[in-house]
Amino acid sequence: MQARQRDSLLVASLKDSLGGAVITFALACVMVGLKVDVASGRGAELFLEHRWLAVATAVIVVFAGRFLLNMFFWKREDAPSIGISGFLPKGGLGTGSANMLKYGMLVLAVVLPFALMFWLGSRGSRQYIDLAILVLTYVMLGWGLNIVVGLAGLLDLGYVAFYAVGAYSYALLAHYFGFSFWICLPLAGILAAFWGIILGFPVLRLRGDYLAIVTLAFGEIIRVVLLNWYEFTGGPDGLSGIPRPSFFGLEFTRGEGGFADFFGLKYNSIHRIIFLYYLIFIMAMVTNFVTMRLRRMPIGRAWEALREDEIACRALGINTTNTKLTAFALGAMFGGFAGSFFATRQGFISPESFTFLESAIILAIVVLGGLGSQMGVVIAAVVMIGGFEFFREFEEYRMLVFGLIMVVIMVWKPRGLVSSRTPSVALSKNAKGISADLVQEGHG
Amino acid sequence: MSTWDNNPVLKVEHLTMRFGGLTAVGDLSFNVGRGDITALIGPNGAGKTTVFNCITGFYKPTEGRLVMNRSNGEKHLLERKPDFKITAEAKVARTFQNIRLFGGMTILENLMVAQHNPLMVASNWTIGGLLGLGGYKKSNVDAIETAKYWLERIDLIDRADAPAADLSYGDQRRLEIARAMCTGPELLCLDEPAAGLNPKESLELNTLLQYIRKEHDTSVLLIEHDMSVVMEISDHVVVLDYGVKISDGTPEFVKNDPHVIAAYLGVEDDEVDQVEEEVGIV
Ligand SMILES: Nc1ncnc2c1ncn2[C@@H]1O[C@H](COP(=O)(O)OP(=O)(O)OP(=O)(O)O)[C@@H](O)[C@H]1O
Ligand SMILES: [Mg+2]
Repeated sequence: MQARQRDSLLVASLKDSLGGAVITFALACVMVGLKVDVASGRGAELFLEHRWLAVATAVIVVFAGRFLLNMFFWKREDAPSIGISGFLPKGGLGTGSANMLKYGMLVLAVVLPFALMFWLGSRGSRQYIDLAILVLTYVMLGWGLNIVVGLAGLLDLGYVAFYAVGAYSYALLAHYFGFSFWICLPLAGILAAFWGIILGFPVLRLRGDYLAIVTLAFGEIIRVVLLNWYEFTGGPDGLSGIPRPSFFGLEFTRGEGGFADFFGLKYNSIHRIIFLYYLIFIMAMVTNFVTMRLRRMPIGRAWEALREDEIACRALGINTTNTKLTAFALGAMFGGFAGSFFATRQGFISPESFTFLESAIILAIVVLGGLGSQMGVVIAAVVMIGGFEFFREFEEYRMLVFGLIMVVIMVWKPRGLVSSRTPSVALSKNAKGISADLVQEGHG
Repeated sequence: MSTWDNNPVLKVEHLTMRFGGLTAVGDLSFNVGRGDITALIGPNGAGKTTVFNCITGFYKPTEGRLVMNRSNGEKHLLERKPDFKITAEAKVARTFQNIRLFGGMTILENLMVAQHNPLMVASNWTIGGLLGLGGYKKSNVDAIETAKYWLERIDLIDRADAPAADLSYGDQRRLEIARAMCTGPELLCLDEPAAGLNPKESLELNTLLQYIRKEHDTSVLLIEHDMSVVMEISDHVVVLDYGVKISDGTPEFVKNDPHVIAAYLGVEDDEVDQVEEEVGIV
């Protein structure tokens, strides 16, 4: 009996993964296999490059991945139909597999730069580590915004304002006072939190749509001020020459006294990239750690209660204004940290980096990931930002595809990818997650 | 001079609440005796919930005074306080006519949220708790114990980790009462706690309310339509009609008050005898 079941599972899994592989092949043939490039040597001539190895890799990865998932994770009696819903498990992840996914991701994130270096060499891996840094920046921003939108249920459409405040705080402090990154990082966070409170006081009386519109306007105001205050911020020219971070005082420079020299390594510009990667990784993990801890503390529970029912909160003696303000300020603070990281990574910032589109992307990451879910934010950030960059070649089409994916996900999983809520405190050891259908989205 | 006038926990004095041209409550005065179960009754739209909303700060009264006398001697003028301070400082807790639980949070979490204020102090406004300083851990354990105590009282201890929205209607009502009790109130205001309960649940509710009154030094003010509940458990009944008090006394007194009968039957006072005869009450 068991053997029969196993057999049918095997056959179903094989069928399903074969289907997936065929689809991948069809898609990858055109999207990955053929690449039009400008030949650098022979003038501006276009030529077609074939990348069959990449196609084969994609097909094999999809086949093997789906097969393994089918066999060991989804374990569904009927093979998942070939379709979008097949790519992710129905319902929530079980605690076991969710934990495995979590730690798997963590380990992957820790070893990623060295694995890439090992496979692709320092030259080839640079672009991927750069991309990973970008993804991590968005993960951190998503986690920051998750406090405001996911936990407290306050729809903030102007989150990028705090990102901008953080970036400009660092750039300006460095520019006018010559402060180093490590002094500016906390200052940038504090300043952003301060702005969060300043904005929050008048705005948090509003609810729902009104709050969304006012935060959106605030985001634009910050950008317009940065754009027009030419003498102070450099206006559209931006600020350049922002100092790079040092490793406990060791600069990533060539020659004596630099990082490479100190550790007896050969100078390589990849060192700084890897350092930046771990820097943002640690910053993001701190954000996650603080958020997860706060969730289990009275303030975090009050945020979630606020999202569920504000009136009931007031009837229980919770000062809702202060509670909202802390959520807003804390979200802003992490945005500010991320902003100063952005400034130090780029070395140059201008108001162009802080448009409404950024706010929209961060919000999309939070919403697609599943409001309040930390893991969902990671998955959504990897998919969205990674996808965005990988398909850069498709130029304007990628926005179209991006929109399409958003629509599809929202239809198929309206509560986001990871849509169950873990209780913040439980009596029994194996308390189950709460289905998203029961969880409120907040109303302002 | 009745017992509730000697040492009232709450004095409502000349309370008036107007919405535009509509006077929902007009010049209402009554006392809630310490340790009593006081019932506020009246036909639909009489203004009962409005009185509750004034007491708990959700509405600012147009006129009048609401004096809460806490057992430690503090006096609080409720009409001057914002809603959350009425619970936090004056120790008045309430439930809602349309239940307001945190549906996406577990039953235990609901009771933990109710203990927000003492826990915030214990965690040094989060900072100490975040760093693992001070007695936050112990306070947290104590808070869970308090929650467990109430869960046992309302018979939901086995479902502590289930989402509140999954509970049956009767369980939700009782959970809302337990949640209000977790704020440590001296006056508990219940808006139609027995609405929608079956007779068995209704009986359990009576027991729970008696228990709360006896064991927790909490006075209870409740709005109720079900006369059998009112007559059985309350010490003192106040009757409202069109925002005006028409009767105030013991259940026995109120039951036989012609004004009350008239209001509930929807006729003028002088027609009461006639109607009573017609329907055969006398
Ligand atoms: N916020 C408000 N704005 C305008 N009118 C209101 C408001 N709240 C209550 N009212 C009016 O005040 C009157 C009393 O309403 P209230 O809800 O206090 O009645 P109630 O005695 O609780 O009735 P029920 O038994 O149906 O719950 C009603 O006419 C109602 O329409
Ligand atoms: Mg009512």
